[in-house]
Amino acid sequence: MGYNCVVCAKQVPDTKQITGDAMKEDGTVNRGALPTIFNPEDLNALEEALAIRDAHGGTVTVLTMGPPAACDLLRESLFRGADRGILITDRRAAASDTLATSYILACAVRKLEPDIVLCGRQAIDGDTAQVGPQLAEKLGFPVVTYLEQLQSLEDDVIRVKRNVGNGWEVVSCKLPVLLTVMETANTPRPRAARRMMKYKKALAPLELADADAGQLDTLKEKGLLLEAWTLDDIGAEMAWCGVDGSPTKVHRIQSVVLTGGEYHELPPTDEGVAELIGELIEEHTIG
Amino acid sequence: MIDVNRQGEVWIFAEAEGGKLSDVPLELLGKGRELADILSVPLGAVLPGDGVADLAETLFAHGADRVYLAEHPMLAHYQAATYSKVICKLIETHKPQICLYGATPIGRDLAPTVASTMKCGLTADCTDLQIGDHTELKSKEHHEKLLLQIRPAFGGNIIATIVNPRRWPQMATVREGVMKMPEPQAGLTGELIRCEVSLDGFQAPLEIIETHRREKKVNLKAARIIVAGGAGVGSRDNFRLIWDLANCLGAAVGGSRAAVDLGFVENDHQVGQTGTTVRPALYIACGISGAVQHRAGMDESAKIVVINTDPDAPIFSVAHYGIVGDLNDVIPRMIKAIRGGEHIQDLAKAAQA
Ligand SMILES: Cc1cc2nc3c(=O)[nH]c(=O)nc-3n(C[C@H](O)[C@H](O)[C@H](O)COP(=O)(O)OP(=O)(O)OC[C@H]3O[C@@H](n4cnc5c(N)ncnc54)[C@H](O)[C@@H]3O)c2cc1C
Ligand SMILES: Nc1ncnc2c1ncn2[C@@H]1O[C@H](COP(=O)(O)O)[C@@H](O)[C@H]1O
Repeated sequence: MGYNCVVCAKQVPDTKQITGDAMKEDGTVNRGALPTIFNPEDLNALEEALAIRDAHGGTVTVLTMGPPAACDLLRESLFRGADRGILITDRRAAASDTLATSYILACAVRKLEPDIVLCGRQAIDGDTAQVGPQLAEKLGFPVVTYLEQLQSLEDDVIRVKRNVGNGWEVVSCKLPVLLTVMETANTPRPRAARRMMKYKKALAPLELADADAGQLDTLKEKGLLLEAWTLDDIGAEMAWCGVDGSPTKVHRIQSVVLTGGEYHELPPTDEGVAELIGELIEEHTIG
Repeated sequence: MIDVNRQGEVWIFAEAEGGKLSDVPLELLGKGRELADILSVPLGAVLPGDGVADLAETLFAHGADRVYLAEHPMLAHYQAATYSKVICKLIETHKPQICLYGATPIGRDLAPTVASTMKCGLTADCTDLQIGDHTELKSKEHHEKLLLQIRPAFGGNIIATIVNPRRWPQMATVREGVMKMPEPQAGLTGELIRCEVSLDGFQAPLEIIETHRREKKVNLKAARIIVAGGAGVGSRDNFRLIWDLANCLGAAVGGSRAAVDLGFVENDHQVGQTGTTVRPALYIACGISGAVQHRAGMDESAKIVVINTDPDAPIFSVAHYGIVGDLNDVIPRMIKAIRGGEHIQDLAKAAQA
């Protein structure tokens, strides 16, 4: 019995590479100045899905919501073994918070009728870890967060070891289910050279300058068409999308400025160290 | 979704897995008390579980005016479906204006599920919560006394303040150790409200087959002094230096994530955004560069001493005392100075003279 898996993956700014240039004067983030990457734990979600397909058959579809540039994430998924890539892109989806994002993803996932939906535990741009559980609630699927090991999958019952911070637990539940996957669950497989040769030519219609129907058909025939869906395609109600659909609003953004050097500097000598310890004793911090 | 309700209470989720309260709900009561007082509304604690009624006393002693006790055999172990069902029902009935959760593995599973069901906002991992006014950018509509939810974002490079003006309750999660735990006051009591739980006939989706919980081996939060080492320590063997300094100060040992990832020290010791948030009387950072994620977990320490070979390391920006030097050289000198005891004050005076 094969399983249809949908992996939700996000293209994120590489927050480790953030330097001064990435912050604008007004304290907002200059996203253009940041390199983007495949959200790390979403690669673990993809690997988990690929492993399920390899063991049991079925399909792996990667779904991402983002700007057209997120097609790179879909190609990357194909290089690593995904069967299908779908981009949800729509200006009206911009500025969605986690509630609106999960609503939009839910509208798209429903069309795909999956057995298993996989998310990363969290995305490094916000570290919220909210979209997974919220998407599950919207779909009416049970959620199993923090997957560390998939122990078994038989018929419509899955058994999973999950990390609960100060320990772990083993749970089982019936499909369909939504899983959020931890970094420790697996090691994502590398890109396959042959798949790269083939899928680097994969394109979404919106990446073609002036696509004619013939061109699209050719891409589709060769399995090189990335699908792009709008909010209308997935039947999303605008009231729940984008700014209107997002209950949280930004009140203020401040960039973190390092206040430099107001400390007492001491030399790395016996005298310096003794002075330090002496002061700490005097102010009753130690001793 | 509930309507904006200015008389609504401030609520905290009293996580009691294994029949015990962890520190987070008590820390939340401290902050919750502050917020409830500003808003002039009662502070409530929601306590789901089975056989947990005794814990209400502790919640009252830490400042709760009311405890909403929801007991049912199906609530003995946490799972998102049962807990969120119970909590959403309580929210619909009592219409609190604010609900706070610990950003624990349970809180981060539960709160988004509740938010999705209630179609309200949720802000993760707040480092501060305040009450303040907000004017909407487009409509210019003015909202008084909203919950200002303050959190670092983009890997700690910005601090964002988030509000939920319209769709209530206003909900946030808060990491362990971020809020100060109030001192318990024995005389404090409150009202215990036993809530009806309608779970009969409900099929919980998860079957919990095995659970293994281990006590945290180190309690960094309780430590008065922490000596922390980073990648600059160089090896697990050399981490001995950190342990030695800690031993002679009666201190706990902390580590940066790099030190943990490199296997120098176990992950229970990690300080920072994804480790423990600490605020000891003294924090000695050795060979730690001071990435935002690390600083977020220690910059509220009362005194910070930094030892680093790189004078430009960002950790110096939060230091009170700094030594630019090699920890392999400086730490043995410190140990000698501390062991030196009596003479040290003289030496120090001599150095100042
Ligand atoms: C989402 C996310 C969450 C994270 N959460 C955390 C967290 O909770 N906690 C955390 O710590 N990190 C966290 N990090 C990682 C963080 O970004 C840094 O990578 C990490 O803190 C660096 O550790 P370090 O300072 O020990 O190592 P490095 O940055 O490599 O610094 C080593 C320092 O040692 C100094 N040094 C070298 N040799 C010596 C010597 N002989 N004597 C004295 N000094 C010496 C160097 O000058 C340098 O400053 C997180 C990262 C991400 C992306
Ligand atoms: N825009 C998006 N498109 C696809 N998946 C997403 C998106 N945002 C979040 N996710 C999924 O939800 C997980 C948690 O995201 P977050 O709540 O932002 O930490 C991610 O690891 C992804 O699997």
